[in-house]
Amino acid sequence: MTSVTHRTTWTPWLYLAPALVVLAGLLVYPIYQLGLISFFQYTQAQVSGGEATTFEGFSNYSALFSDPEFWRVLLATVLFAAACVVCTLAVGCALAVLLTRVRAVPRLALMLAALGAWATPAVTGSTVWLFLFDPDFGPVNRLFGLGDHSWTYGRLSAFFLVLLEVVWCSFPFVMVTVYAGIRAVPSEVLEAAALDGASQWRIWRSMLAPMLRPILTVVTIQSVIWDFKVFTQIYVMTNGGGIAGQNLVLNVYAYQQAFASSQYSLGSAIGVVMLLILLAVTLVYLRLLRWQGEDL
Amino acid sequence: MNLLRRPWRTAAEAATLLIAVVVAFPLYWMVLGAFKPAGEIESTEPRPWTLAPSLDSFRRVFGQQDFGRYFVNSLVVACSVVIISALIAFLAATAVTRFRFRFRTTLLIMFLVAQMVPVEALTIPLFFQMRDFGLLNTLGSLILPHIAFSLPFAIWMLRGFVKAVPEALEEAAYIDGASRARFLWQILFPLVLPGLVATSVFSFISAWNDFLFAKSFIISDTSQSTLPMALLVFYKPDEPDWGGVMAASTVMTIPVLVFFVLVQRRLVSGLGGAVKD
Repeated sequence: MTSVTHRTTWTPWLYLAPALVVLAGLLVYPIYQLGLISFFQYTQAQVSGGEATTFEGFSNYSALFSDPEFWRVLLATVLFAAACVVCTLAVGCALAVLLTRVRAVPRLALMLAALGAWATPAVTGSTVWLFLFDPDFGPVNRLFGLGDHSWTYGRLSAFFLVLLEVVWCSFPFVMVTVYAGIRAVPSEVLEAAALDGASQWRIWRSMLAPMLRPILTVVTIQSVIWDFKVFTQIYVMTNGGGIAGQNLVLNVYAYQQAFASSQYSLGSAIGVVMLLILLAVTLVYLRLLRWQGEDL
Repeated sequence: MNLLRRPWRTAAEAATLLIAVVVAFPLYWMVLGAFKPAGEIESTEPRPWTLAPSLDSFRRVFGQQDFGRYFVNSLVVACSVVIISALIAFLAATAVTRFRFRFRTTLLIMFLVAQMVPVEALTIPLFFQMRDFGLLNTLGSLILPHIAFSLPFAIWMLRGFVKAVPEALEEAAYIDGASRARFLWQILFPLVLPGLVATSVFSFISAWNDFLFAKSFIISDTSQSTLPMALLVFYKPDEPDWGGVMAASTVMTIPVLVFFVLVQRRLVSGLGGAVKD
């Protein structure tokens, strides 16, 4: 075991100290504060020091939960994130398999294009996709003969446009990771299976899929986390949440409540709800890792 | 691994090239839009080429007050985050892989859980924290949170790389009289460098992409702003200056593209190494 040469007990803590200080100060403490603010009355008056902060108990939460708008946004967030995750994984995995089937030149072309999409900052990607789908000057409407159809006007088509952008910039991570995973499987094993007459589907199901499961778990969880908290794309592409807030997701909703309406405590309560949902996802993830026998 | 017969492989390769074109098209359209003259960009019959490339949009972008400064600010933020979090994560990953100590497993699980924290939800408490420390309107308010947010993932990813360095090497180094610090920085660090490069891609992107914190923490002193904010000067939802937006987008995307192409091989093998573990 690793420990043979290291018996002193303080050295690892010395190595860990910078990380722990940073995480305690900028992650743990803010989480504690988020919870705290969500139980207080905290609006512009309290921020500027005009009024004392008062403890409100669960009133922010009851206000939130009794607001139909919140439930609508929550549902939209979950559905939108789920659609993004499913599409990202499907596109990413399919293209990863495709990459293993072609020679170097097409592989390099797709790899470079994907790296380009991955490297594109979220703000940039958002404006470029808006430009592509612009009703007057965009090539997409011309190409498909859609006239001056406005994609950001309707609720579903606006969500769909954001989804396309999100999938475009997040499938490369899945593709590259799964591709790296497939490449790590020794090719002799696969060739032997093929020689023994195993079908492509059989090879995938009985050999690749089990070997790739840890990787698939990682990319799935990462995608869930990223897509659940999409902010920039929604904010920029739907101009702050769409017409009459039709394209709000939890993140943007919390931001609007806190910084546009100065309802900091309400915004914090939304933040706590998001935190709890993602914590639940994490627990599932941990169980999956344990189930796969990961050595923690 | 050639499992496909020839006609199928040709079809697969044609499909791959076609998909590459589709994936790259938005970037092509961005660069094209940046070089199109104003009259052409506002044409309702958009052409996929331009006959009269012009630098007007770039002139407008760089003529905007402080654009160069925003660019430098973004670079300072992203590079600080990459370097500082790489060093901290390297030390922490070494601690959790090469030492056995109490609470090791607890810590690992904590790092894992920390990756899931929706950082956007912490904007409100961080805003007050930055205000109390007098960091609002400074680059520090963008650098510090991003270091914290990129650490857990970086530690988790580096773990596999540190693990892969054989223990015999460490023992040999000590037998040869190397100090622990010398082993750490002169032997382990260079060996783990490919992993650090792969990890740095993620911290670079998260910092370079930052939009929410810049929007929330840089409120009055715009000279401390970053590129995403500069870009949005040209993007007015009612009447966007598409030429300016595309030129600013191009300028903002190129450094990341260069970085990606430079680390491309390392990234693929790095991800492979990290996930194999």
